[in-house]
Amino acid sequence: MDTIISIKPLLAVLVSTIGALLIISAGKNPNLRESWSIIAGVLKLGIVLSMVPTVVYDKKVIEYTLFKLLPGIDISFRVDAFGLLFALGAALLWIATSFYSIGYMRSTNEKFQTRYFACFAVSLSTTIGVAFSANLFTMFLFYEGLTIITYPLVAHKDTLEAKMGGRKYIIYLLGAAKAFLVAAIILTYNLAGTLEFSKDGIFPAIVQSAQPELLYLIFVLFLFGFAKCAIMPFHSWLPAAMVAPTPVSALLHAVAVVKTGVFSVLRIIFFVFGSNLMMDIGVDVFAISLASFTIITASLIALSKDNLKARLAFSTISQLSYIILGAALLTPSAMVGGIIHITNHAFSKITLFFCAGSIYASSHKTEVSQLNGIAKKMPWTMAAFTIATLSMIGVPPVCGFITKWYLVIGAMERHSIAVLAVLLASSFLNAAYFVPIVYKAYFGRENPGEEHEAEDTHDNQNKEIPFIVVPLSLTAIVSVVLGLYPDFIVQLAESIVR
Amino acid sequence: MEGILLNELSYPVLTVITFLPLAGALMILLLRNTAQIKWLALATTIATFIASLPVYKYFDKTTHLMQFVETHSWIPVWNINYRVGIDGISVLFLFLAGILSILCVTVSWKAIQTKTKEFYISLLVMETAMMGIFVSLNVFLFYLFWELTLIPMFLLIGVWGGPKRVYAAVKFILFMLAGSVFMLVGIIVLYYAGGRTFDIIELSKISYPAGLQFWLFLAFFAAFAVKMPMFPIHTWLPDAHTEAPTAGSVLLAGILLKMGAYGFLRFSFPMFPHAVQMLFIPLLILSVTAIIYGAYVTLMQNDLKRLIAYSSVSHMGFITLGIFTLNQAGIEGGILQMINHGVITGALFLCVGMIYERTHSRMIKDYGGLFKTVPVFTVFFAIFTLAAIGFPGMNAFVGEFLIISGAFKANMVIAAFSILGVILGAIYMVWLYYRVALNEINSTTKSRLFDLDLREIATLVPLVVLVFLIGVQPNILLSYMHVSVEHLLEQVHTTVVSDTNPLYDSAIGIAQYIRELFVWI
Repeated sequence: MDTIISIKPLLAVLVSTIGALLIISAGKNPNLRESWSIIAGVLKLGIVLSMVPTVVYDKKVIEYTLFKLLPGIDISFRVDAFGLLFALGAALLWIATSFYSIGYMRSTNEKFQTRYFACFAVSLSTTIGVAFSANLFTMFLFYEGLTIITYPLVAHKDTLEAKMGGRKYIIYLLGAAKAFLVAAIILTYNLAGTLEFSKDGIFPAIVQSAQPELLYLIFVLFLFGFAKCAIMPFHSWLPAAMVAPTPVSALLHAVAVVKTGVFSVLRIIFFVFGSNLMMDIGVDVFAISLASFTIITASLIALSKDNLKARLAFSTISQLSYIILGAALLTPSAMVGGIIHITNHAFSKITLFFCAGSIYASSHKTEVSQLNGIAKKMPWTMAAFTIATLSMIGVPPVCGFITKWYLVIGAMERHSIAVLAVLLASSFLNAAYFVPIVYKAYFGRENPGEEHEAEDTHDNQNKEIPFIVVPLSLTAIVSVVLGLYPDFIVQLAESIVR
Repeated sequence: MEGILLNELSYPVLTVITFLPLAGALMILLLRNTAQIKWLALATTIATFIASLPVYKYFDKTTHLMQFVETHSWIPVWNINYRVGIDGISVLFLFLAGILSILCVTVSWKAIQTKTKEFYISLLVMETAMMGIFVSLNVFLFYLFWELTLIPMFLLIGVWGGPKRVYAAVKFILFMLAGSVFMLVGIIVLYYAGGRTFDIIELSKISYPAGLQFWLFLAFFAAFAVKMPMFPIHTWLPDAHTEAPTAGSVLLAGILLKMGAYGFLRFSFPMFPHAVQMLFIPLLILSVTAIIYGAYVTLMQNDLKRLIAYSSVSHMGFITLGIFTLNQAGIEGGILQMINHGVITGALFLCVGMIYERTHSRMIKDYGGLFKTVPVFTVFFAIFTLAAIGFPGMNAFVGEFLIISGAFKANMVIAAFSILGVILGAIYMVWLYYRVALNEINSTTKSRLFDLDLREIATLVPLVVLVFLIGVQPNILLSYMHVSVEHLLEQVHTTVVSDTNPLYDSAIGIAQYIRELFVWI
C-alpha cells in the first residue's frame, strides 16, 4: 500500500484546539464565540473530507510523524480507512452538535459557556487524534487527553450531583487506564519491540507460540483498560456521567468518548493482535462472551430505568458491545457489522439524545413517565425520536438494520447458535424498552394537572426550539439515508476487513 | 592514563562550574545591600549555568570514558588527587543542579526577609557541593563534597524553616551522618583493598573478593539508602521537606535525593557487581515496598508539603526499581526519572511555596476552589499534577514507561506490584488537585490570594518547557547516557567471582583489611 507524507492529519487534529483558543479569546461576545466553533467545525470536516479521495479511492495511507521518542515509539499519525470512517462521523456530528449546543445552552441559561465551548473543541481534537493515531502510544496520549478535557464538561453544572458524576467518571477512566492500559502497553512493547499498528498484528511469531497465556492476559488488560468502551463490569461511569448537559451526553457519551473506547478496542483486535492470533490464543471467545453478557444485562437494566437519559445510557452500553461482539466474532460479515455500527449507532444515538435534550429544554421533563402525549406539542422531536428508535431495534430501512443484518450473517458464518440467540433476544429487549416511550408520547393521555403546571411555568418555552430541532431532524434523516444507501460505509468497512 | 578523555576545552570547565558559586558566595560576604546580594546571587547561578553549557555541547556521546578530566596532585602522601570528570551518567545532573539553583534564587526573592545574606551564601555553597559530588572522580573528594552538602542544608532548614525547623534539621543531620559513617569505613577499606588509591576509575577496574564486595556494598548502601531515601529509613524526609523553606525543599527533592541513586551507579554497580547481583531480588522488593508504602502514606496526608514529600518516597522507589532491574531500559529510565522527578517535584514545591507565601497555610483543608480565584496558578499546578501522574506526552511518562518495561523484563510479579504504585500515584495527585483547585473556597483564604506575578511565572515556565520537551523528545537526554549505561551493565554482568559462602568469605576479608589498617597506624 502506498504511503503519502502529509501534514493534513495534524491539521485536522489541531484545528479545533486553535478554535478553542479563539473561543476563549472571544469569551465576552457569545455570537463571535459560537461562530468560531462553527468555523472550526467546518474547517475540520473539510480537512477530513479532503483525505477521503486519497484513502478510499486511491487506497493510499497518509502519514505524518511529529516526534520520535524511543525506538518504536513515536507521536505519529496515519490515516487509513478505519480511522477516516471514525473521524468523518465525529467531524460531521460536531457541527450538528455545535448548532444544537447554541440552542440548548442559551435556552437553559447554562453558566460558564465559554469554558464549555472551549473544552468541547479540544475534546474533538483528541478524538480525531485517536482516530488518526499510527501507534499505541499516540493513541494512548490522545485517549488520556480526552479523559481530562471532558471532565469539566461532565461536571459542568457544578452541583453536588455533577461533581459526584464527574468524580466517578475520572476515577473509572483514569484508573482503568493506569491500572490496565499502562501495563498492557508496556508488555506489548516488551514482547513486540514496537507499538506501531500493523495489519495482521505486531507480535512476532516466536512470541505467539512461546507465550500464549501472556498474550491472552494482555488482551484482557486492553479490553478493560479502554474503559471508555463501557464493557461490563467497568461501565458504571457512563450512567453517572449523564449529569452533564445534554449536548455533552449526546456528542461525548454517544459518539466521541464511548466510540473512542470501542474504536481503540477494535484497533487492538485488528491491528495489534490480528484475527489469526485472536483465534489461536482463544481470546475471541472471552471477548464474545463478555460482550454478549453486557448486551443482555445492560438491556435488562435499561428496562428498569424511568429517567430518559439513564435509559439511553444503558442502551448505549448495550449497543457498544454489539461493535465489540462483531469485531470479536472475526468472520468477515461480523467485522463489517461491527465497524459500520460505529457510524450507524453514532447518528441514531445522537438523535435520541438530542430529542431528550429538546424535551428537557422545552418542558423540563426528564422521566419517561412524564412523556404522555408529548408528541402533540413536539411533533418534530418525537418523529425523529421514533426513527432513531427503529434504528436501535433494527427495523428496516433505518441504518441499525444494516448492522444487525451483517451481525446475524456473521454469527451464522461462525456457526454460533448462542450469539444468534443473544442478537435476537437483545433486539426484542431493545424494542421492549424503546417502544413504550414512543407509545406514550403518541397515544398516552396527558395528566391534566401536570399539563396545567407546564402551561403556567413554561408558558412560551413549551415550543420546540429551531436551533435544537434542525440538528436532530438532520441526524434522523441521515440515519435513514445510511439505511437506504449503506454502500459507501459498507465498502469502507470491507476495505478495512480485507 | 587510559579510561579518560582529557579536557579539550581551553579552560578547566568543571572546576569553573563547581567553584563559581563558591566565589559568588565569598563576594556576597563583602556586600551589605540586600538588593545587591540578591542580584549577585542570581547573576552567579545564571553564570554557572551558562558556564556549564559548553559541557553539553562538546560532550562526546559515543564513549563511556570520563570526559573533561582535570587532574592535579593534592595530597601525595595518601595518593589523593584532585580529579574531576564526567560521563553520561553524571552529566545530566549538572544541568539539573544548574537550572534548579537559578529557580531557587528567584523563588526566594521575596520569601526570605531575614538574614538574607546568610541565606544566599548557604544556597551558593550548596550549589558548589552539589556540582562537586557529580564531577568528583576521587573518592576522597567525593566524600568531602558529600558531607559539605549537609552544612548549608542544615542551616537552610534550621534557620529559615517552618515552626518545627530545629527538630527537622537535627533529625536530618543525624540520619545523614549515621549513613555516611558507614560509607567512610567502606571508603577506607576500599582504599586498601584497591591498592592504596582513592581514584574511582582505578577502583572500578579491580575485581574484589565476593565476601568483601558484600560487606562493602552494605556499607555504601547505608549512606546511599538514607539519602535516597529508601524504605524504611525515609522518616527524616517528610520532616525535612515540610520544614525547609521552598528553596531548601526544591534542592532536597531535586538534587540531594538523587545523590544516593547516583552513588549506586558510580560506586556499587562497577565496584561490587557480584554483591549487586546477589542482592538483586531483595533490592527490587525494597523498591516496590517503598513505592506502595510511600503512596499509601501520601494518600492520608493533609499537609500540602508533607504530601509531596511522601510522594517523593514513592517516586524514589520507582527510581531504585529502575536502576536495580539491571537492564538497559530500567537503568536509563531510572536516570531519566531522576531528572524528571527533580523537575516535577521541584516545580510542585515551588507552587506550594508560592501559595504558602500568600496564605501562610499548608493545610489542604484551607484551600479549595483556587481555580476561580487564581486561574494562572491552577493552570501551572494542573500541568505539574498531570506530569506527576505520568500523563503521556509529558516527561514522567517516558521515565515510568522505561522503568516498568525494565521491571517486566526483570521480574513479572514485582512489575505488577509497581503498577499498583502508578494507580495510587494518580489517585493521590488527582485528589490533591481536586481538593485544592476545584472544591469550594474558604473565604479567609480567598481574601489573601492574588495571582502569580511575572517573576513567579518566569520561575515556573522553564520547568513547564522541560516537562513537555523531555516528554516528546526524551532522546535529548537519553542519548547522553546510552553508551555509559551500556558500559555499566557490561561491568555488572561480566564479572566472574568464585561462588563461595559470602558470610564466611567476607569474615576473612574484613579481618584481613582491618589488620592491615592497624599495621599502618
